[in-house]
Amino acid sequence: MNGPLNLAGGIAGASLPTKGCTERPVLRERGQREVFCGLTGIVWLHRKIQDAFFLVVGSRTCAHLMQSAAGVMIFAEPRFATAVMEERDLAGLADANEELDIAVTRLIERRPDIKMLFLVGSCPSEVIKLDLSRAAARLSERYAPDVRILNYSGSGIETTFTQGEDNCLAALVPQLPEVETAAPQLLVVGALADVVEDQFARLFDAMGIDDVRFLPPRRARDLPPVGASTRYLLAQPFLGETARVLEQRGASRIAAPFPLGAEGTTLWLKAAADAFGVDPMRFRSATAAAEARAKRALEPFRAELSGRSIFFFPDSQLEIPLARMLSRELGMQLTEVGTPYLHRQHLAEELALLPGDVQLSEGQDVDRQLDRARAARPDISVCGLGLANPLEMEGLTTKWSIELLFTPIQGYEQAGDLAGLFARPLDRKTRLRV
Amino acid sequence: MQLTVWTYEGPPHVGAMRVATAMEGVHYVLHAPQGDTYADLLFTMIERRSKRPPVTYTTFEARDLGTDTAALFQRTLISAYERFQPQAMLVGASCTAELIQDDPAGLAKASNLPVPVIPLELPSYQRKENWGAAETFYQVVRTLAGSGRAAVADADALKPLGSDGVPGNPPLPAGISPTRGEIVDVGAAPQSSMQDAKAQDDSGVRASSISPLVGEMPGRAEGGDAASLRSGQGDQLGPTEKNARRPSCNILGPTALGFRHRDDVAEIRKLLGEIGVAVNVVAPLGASPADIARLGEADFNVVLYPEIAGVAAKWLKRTFGQEFTTVVPIGHGATRDFVAEVRKLAGLPTEEADEAAEPASRLPWFSRSVDSNYLTGKRVFVFGDATHALAAARVATEEFGFTLCGLGTYSREFARDIRAAAERYGVEALISDDYLDVEAAIAAAQPELVLGTQMERHIAKRLGVACAVISAPVHVQDYPARYSPQMGFEGANVLWDSWVHPLVMGLEEHLLGMFRDDFEFNDAAVPSHLGSGVRVAAEPAVIAAPQMAEATLASAPADTLTTPEIWHVEAEAELRKIPFFVRGKARRNTEKFAAERGLSEITVETLYDAKAHYSR
Repeated sequence: MNGPLNLAGGIAGASLPTKGCTERPVLRERGQREVFCGLTGIVWLHRKIQDAFFLVVGSRTCAHLMQSAAGVMIFAEPRFATAVMEERDLAGLADANEELDIAVTRLIERRPDIKMLFLVGSCPSEVIKLDLSRAAARLSERYAPDVRILNYSGSGIETTFTQGEDNCLAALVPQLPEVETAAPQLLVVGALADVVEDQFARLFDAMGIDDVRFLPPRRARDLPPVGASTRYLLAQPFLGETARVLEQRGASRIAAPFPLGAEGTTLWLKAAADAFGVDPMRFRSATAAAEARAKRALEPFRAELSGRSIFFFPDSQLEIPLARMLSRELGMQLTEVGTPYLHRQHLAEELALLPGDVQLSEGQDVDRQLDRARAARPDISVCGLGLANPLEMEGLTTKWSIELLFTPIQGYEQAGDLAGLFARPLDRKTRLRV
Repeated sequence: MQLTVWTYEGPPHVGAMRVATAMEGVHYVLHAPQGDTYADLLFTMIERRSKRPPVTYTTFEARDLGTDTAALFQRTLISAYERFQPQAMLVGASCTAELIQDDPAGLAKASNLPVPVIPLELPSYQRKENWGAAETFYQVVRTLAGSGRAAVADADALKPLGSDGVPGNPPLPAGISPTRGEIVDVGAAPQSSMQDAKAQDDSGVRASSISPLVGEMPGRAEGGDAASLRSGQGDQLGPTEKNARRPSCNILGPTALGFRHRDDVAEIRKLLGEIGVAVNVVAPLGASPADIARLGEADFNVVLYPEIAGVAAKWLKRTFGQEFTTVVPIGHGATRDFVAEVRKLAGLPTEEADEAAEPASRLPWFSRSVDSNYLTGKRVFVFGDATHALAAARVATEEFGFTLCGLGTYSREFARDIRAAAERYGVEALISDDYLDVEAAIAAAQPELVLGTQMERHIAKRLGVACAVISAPVHVQDYPARYSPQMGFEGANVLWDSWVHPLVMGLEEHLLGMFRDDFEFNDAAVPSHLGSGVRVAAEPAVIAAPQMAEATLASAPADTLTTPEIWHVEAEAELRKIPFFVRGKARRNTEKFAAERGLSEITVETLYDAKAHYSR
């Protein structure tokens, strides 16, 4: 069933145009960035890994961000908290370490259900050079084997929004057990909604790829193994660091576009199928029905969105895959597509699919970018929460980008939902008479 | 390090943003790393403002730290000035930038901008949001208001604000006129009455108001003049200058992201108009630097939010001899006291009591009406900022007939006022900004109603207790579209409606007690008027059953898990026939009763013995 690995082939299959437009010019901006820092990833990660807890070591600002940024003043006690540094913690690092140990002890006493604790670095903890990796090692010793204690940086000086997840997953990689088989296994990397993960697992199963694991796992104790026989497939476009450390463990990447939209999902699955030598007929029979269903679901939205122009402010690094999907599958006109960071290698397959006339931008100077958006007057602007209402007041219809991370959008069954996210603001605009 | 799940206040630079965003013609340049821009969405999403806050962030990164972050700050400052052309600028650092010590104040000075630049030193690792707002407002006032008593302007100088009251905010609904007090004929108060008013100042008003919060702001260099504050040197005012015109005041304290500040200002403006007092400037909400420069022209100051305006009001008193109000007009009684205080400060004759006149708010009659009997003695836990917590405690006890079972604040700066008030009410004061402490205190007090913040809304949901929000921090649903002040007589009406609404109503409460097995009357049922389709009930209705079960398992004081062995099975069953909102009290009383008598078992008999004992 598992044929020889198609290491050379990748996805240079029939449906992809030849490369060539990946060298397009990119506007690089440096200035005020209206984006979240990497701490924000905790908002979904703490739900994804159900027995993990995230302790931000930071300032009151970090705690305030966590509760207000994502609108997560939610009801139950969350599996994250902040150890807020105070004046005396700045006096000396010895004291700060001692204080941190006390905070962790209090936390673990209160939450005996925690199996994995992430110490998450912030701007202030990094500026005072509080070494959380040493703290994690020290505390791990104390709490092993009950609680595994890891650390990563979610600071704004190091990470933009989704890069927090990248660092979190990268911190998990050294913990993954070594693979014990030479038979190839598939590792799908990037937090997905549980429902999406289950759909993909069924599709891979139908193709005959039966050794499929997901990172991050739903349980901290359920870490997937990794090694030289591991082929990994990125489910999210923002996982540069995770990919790097996976390759250090010997795993190799299956290059693919990302599973957004019917076409994107097919290309993503096909890349895995080709790498695992799945028979093309078997691939078709595994995916054809779901793909057709996804295309049917997209059809009504195509009528609504075709020809509409769209402008992306940088936010999550999902912008380029989204722009590809909206332009190819729904006929939308791309104006500017901004991304906080452009990983050319991981996005090579995406860039090849973008139309030639799109303006790409990397980084941000928000006031200059707002000037460009006002000049372009797109039908819809994808932006963060700080910009959305002011743009609406200026008459520009917006789509909150954060919803693209808090909604299941990947895979065939979600393609229609994803299109609906973009159609709804326009639909709303046509309904309102006030 | 403090282990925090939720925080009541943001960092102090968010307080500065609240002042900057409230004002017109001001721009704030904040030395801050990427990510601190999250604060923008507090204003654009939670408060639903239609403009971005006037804040530019330098957005430094790790790789900049080795190079010249100071130059980055200076570049950002100059380009922000050029783009936004403000009349005044604020400069400062967020928590991370404070650590790299780039000296925004010195850099701003060296930039030689042609407008006033106000440096803010807000120690992020010691202070919090309200302190930051107070300090920022104080620095703005100190820098822009001039240093001595300005020539008293004639009436024309009292330039009206925009017709909607507060620029940048949605217009007020029809019928809510932001009256500016154009009642001219009561303005000419004789000099003597003004002086008399000063002399009497300490007696009536202060005694009946719960606390003169103002002036308790530690950590401020200006904090040491409490004596001059009390001596009330009204003679500096030069009252003769004002005999020919209406008395005027400034309204101080309202900011962006304040709890109902927009509507409180409209209500108090209207009230002042009815008294015959003109409003000179409202600040910081809607004020420009030029308006701040006119603060000294008013006769006195109305301090709506002492947490924010207290320090500035004290400075204005020292500098311009302006007295300020100490009563916060929340509730019917406090509003009457406020009116009396304003009349004294304005030199207007005391209002004669007219028993026959229609009361200014409906609260007194609603509270006296027989339907409200069921409210009597309901146990209420109050937590919030100091101003709103103190006011709510007074209103809850004096105007609703509730029993206070807990009183607390997260405003440590005002701990003394809360402690004094708690002592008067016979409860223990809770001074904490630790959400977990507050949750434990509420669970232990077993209230029937919680008056708190967004955090207490979570706590109350977990515990299955009714809750109304009285104080910041609040979420988007507490920035309502409708006119909904907390202050003044209309504010008292709003309090009545919003505090009674979450409760199970009188007759329903009786029926719940009588028919415990009714499938609709169970512990998880929400009050029937809060059924599906009503917005506030949507969350409790959905989560009530599982969450109550969860709370029961999770939190110690809740219902079943802590059952001591001594409860007999039948007594336990009988206890469950008591409605859940009083069951905790019945359980506690019975256990106390049994313990005092050394009983080894609680039977149905014990339960009813205890009931008889505690009902006196």
